[in-house]
Amino acid sequence: MQSLSSVDFAPISNSQEVHGISRPSLSYWQDAWIRLKANKRALMSLYIVIFLLLFTIVGPWIWRVSPAAQDLDQVSQPPGSSRVALIVDDYTPWFGEGNSPETGLRTFGDPTTQVVRLQWNALPGAAGHRIYRNLFPLGPERAYGIPIGEFFDNNTLFFEDRLDLKPQNYYYSVVALGQFGELLDSYELIEVDVKRVTTIAEALEQELISHTNNFQIGDAIDMAWHPLGTDYLGRDMLARLMAGARVSLFIGIGAPFLFVLFGVTYGSIAGFLGGKIDQVMMRFADFVVALPFLLFMILFKIAFGVGPGESGVLPMLVALVILMWPATARLVRGQILLIREQGYISASQLLGAKTPYLILRHMIPNTLGVVLVTLTFAIPSAIFTEAFLSFIGMGVVPPTPSWGSMSNEGIKTMLTTPHELIFPAVIISITVLAFNLLGDGLRDALDARMRNQE
Amino acid sequence: MWLYTFKRLLQGVVTVWFIATATFIAMHNVPGDPLLNDRAMTPEIRANVEAKYGLDQPLATQYFIYLRNLAQGDFGISFTQENRQVNDIIREHFPVSAILGVLAVVFAAAGGVLWGALTAIYRNRLPDYIIMFFVILGISVPSFVVAALSQVSLVNLNSLVGTTVLPVAGWGTIFHMLVPAMVLGLGTMAYLTRLMRSSMLEIISSDFIRTAKSKGVPPARIFTKHQLRNAILPVVTVLGPAIAAITTGGFVVEIVFAVPGLGRFFVEAVQQLDYTVIMGTTVFYGAFLVFMVIVVDVLYGFIDPRMSMK
Repeated sequence: MQSLSSVDFAPISNSQEVHGISRPSLSYWQDAWIRLKANKRALMSLYIVIFLLLFTIVGPWIWRVSPAAQDLDQVSQPPGSSRVALIVDDYTPWFGEGNSPETGLRTFGDPTTQVVRLQWNALPGAAGHRIYRNLFPLGPERAYGIPIGEFFDNNTLFFEDRLDLKPQNYYYSVVALGQFGELLDSYELIEVDVKRVTTIAEALEQELISHTNNFQIGDAIDMAWHPLGTDYLGRDMLARLMAGARVSLFIGIGAPFLFVLFGVTYGSIAGFLGGKIDQVMMRFADFVVALPFLLFMILFKIAFGVGPGESGVLPMLVALVILMWPATARLVRGQILLIREQGYISASQLLGAKTPYLILRHMIPNTLGVVLVTLTFAIPSAIFTEAFLSFIGMGVVPPTPSWGSMSNEGIKTMLTTPHELIFPAVIISITVLAFNLLGDGLRDALDARMRNQE
Repeated sequence: MWLYTFKRLLQGVVTVWFIATATFIAMHNVPGDPLLNDRAMTPEIRANVEAKYGLDQPLATQYFIYLRNLAQGDFGISFTQENRQVNDIIREHFPVSAILGVLAVVFAAAGGVLWGALTAIYRNRLPDYIIMFFVILGISVPSFVVAALSQVSLVNLNSLVGTTVLPVAGWGTIFHMLVPAMVLGLGTMAYLTRLMRSSMLEIISSDFIRTAKSKGVPPARIFTKHQLRNAILPVVTVLGPAIAAITTGGFVVEIVFAVPGLGRFFVEAVQQLDYTVIMGTTVFYGAFLVFMVIVVDVLYGFIDPRMSMK
């Protein structure tokens, strides 16, 4: 038998790397982030959300036009419309051209936004004339448009239109009036293409030109630029969309944040204490759920009242928080009850963990995913609610812009200037869609059990 | 089953009481004065009017009078419309909202089940993509935009055909109801389609479907008896809240389409601070919704045999 020396009992040095676990350990959030990144739709939505936040926060710093400033020369201008204005002389009154060789309804001089000068010959059998202006050509129903002037004799055969002229086509009609001022059948119609003009004094006042530049009559200058056009009061749409985003997103993100916070606190207290207290607390939440949501939104909003000069944003925020917390509370309570019975909680307790440690280390991190998903889904519904209420005039108070109130204003002129409705409507839709898809992505990434089978 | 129904009804009564109380508290915090209108009012007349509406009583007394009247189904007299009972207003305008709501719910449920089942069957193929695109539109476009756009397209359609195919606004015949009901139900339909799709996908890949297939059950029978019947259950569960969302969400549609429903009346009452009408409408709506949720829950017991075992 061989004798063993102490050398034989020396440990063999490990010269070769053991094949360890090659994948680095991932925390829950790292794993979720990787899964979210793999989801193209969710990632796209995340970019859109980030862009929207930038648009809201940084936007007004870059586009420094006041959302309340009115550009009365460019009212209801769609984006991309011509901004060129010719400089003309100051307005001087005109009393018709004495002996004109032309006949029929005709314009005198260039028709401009400053003035349109019309002249005509007396219509056969007319004891007077009435002048109409319309945006549309005369149809079979003979709708002349808006009456802008009338004369009960044949002495005055000219008219100056200076009423709110826009650079567009107008249809002027002159209609014969009978002895008693009744409309006769004969009429004449012309189409007039009105050019945008401005005077040097006006241009100086609007800071389109400065004193140093030497502008002449007949020169063309550019009016103020509105990338997305203007609304019915001549306010810049882009600036208003940004200001509206502040209101809509403040309510849309602020309210869900607050009620989710309250719901989490309420739900975890109920779930933790359990027993009778839990039952009473949850019964109360059931009652709040049963309140008809929109009716009570309106009711609470008027109950808080909106004083003069207030925007009505805060009452809406509070009403949303009061009405929307129970869903989160129920969800969190359910989660807490579920986690409380889990094996790892017992294991942790056996190892001597105290309640605060259990809450901080196990309860909160394990409910956070569900809470985050709830929050993401609550944001679009809050944005919708705000838009909805502002649309029926129960939301923010004008002149505070919000996407909903802008849609409300835009819908009235939907046919003539659709851009006033399209921009706020599209931005609401994109925001809601982005948050919804992001919520879907987060749900899939954070909770494998809740993953829907896409 | 009967005990369950009775318990639910009892809970419902308590819930309605809670709604009534919340309405009362909210309304008494509203700033402004319903008697403050253009007509000058001497202190004597004011005192008389206040006595007539019971406004000179302490708040607790007012509350009990209010509850007593509610229990008798009496919502009081309108503040701004002389000699008009709130009950009459509700009787006159609620049926309009109810018909619109029922049509919208039927439309949403039928559409949701149909489209949802279709997307699941044609999963990741063209019909699925087309339907899901519209579902996404339905979820993300606000109802007032859809309402306005559908009005414009109706105008265009009518002028293209030359006669009034479908009226653009107003109320009266079944033709007036179709488009508003569709617009009202659209959001819910999109939601139900998504729900139906995921529920159907789960059913399609489950074991009993494979068993049925291997037994040689005809595909049509598998679809109706096994897939549809099981997949429809989650849809029925959310139908109660969906009815609630649709009926109270009718304001916008009623305003845009000029439908003389209760929602539009409520908005007008709020603008005029017509206390009794606001309170009556809110409590009535609340009670109606609580009742609808109970009905759906009880019906669920009949549809799902597993429920009645509890």
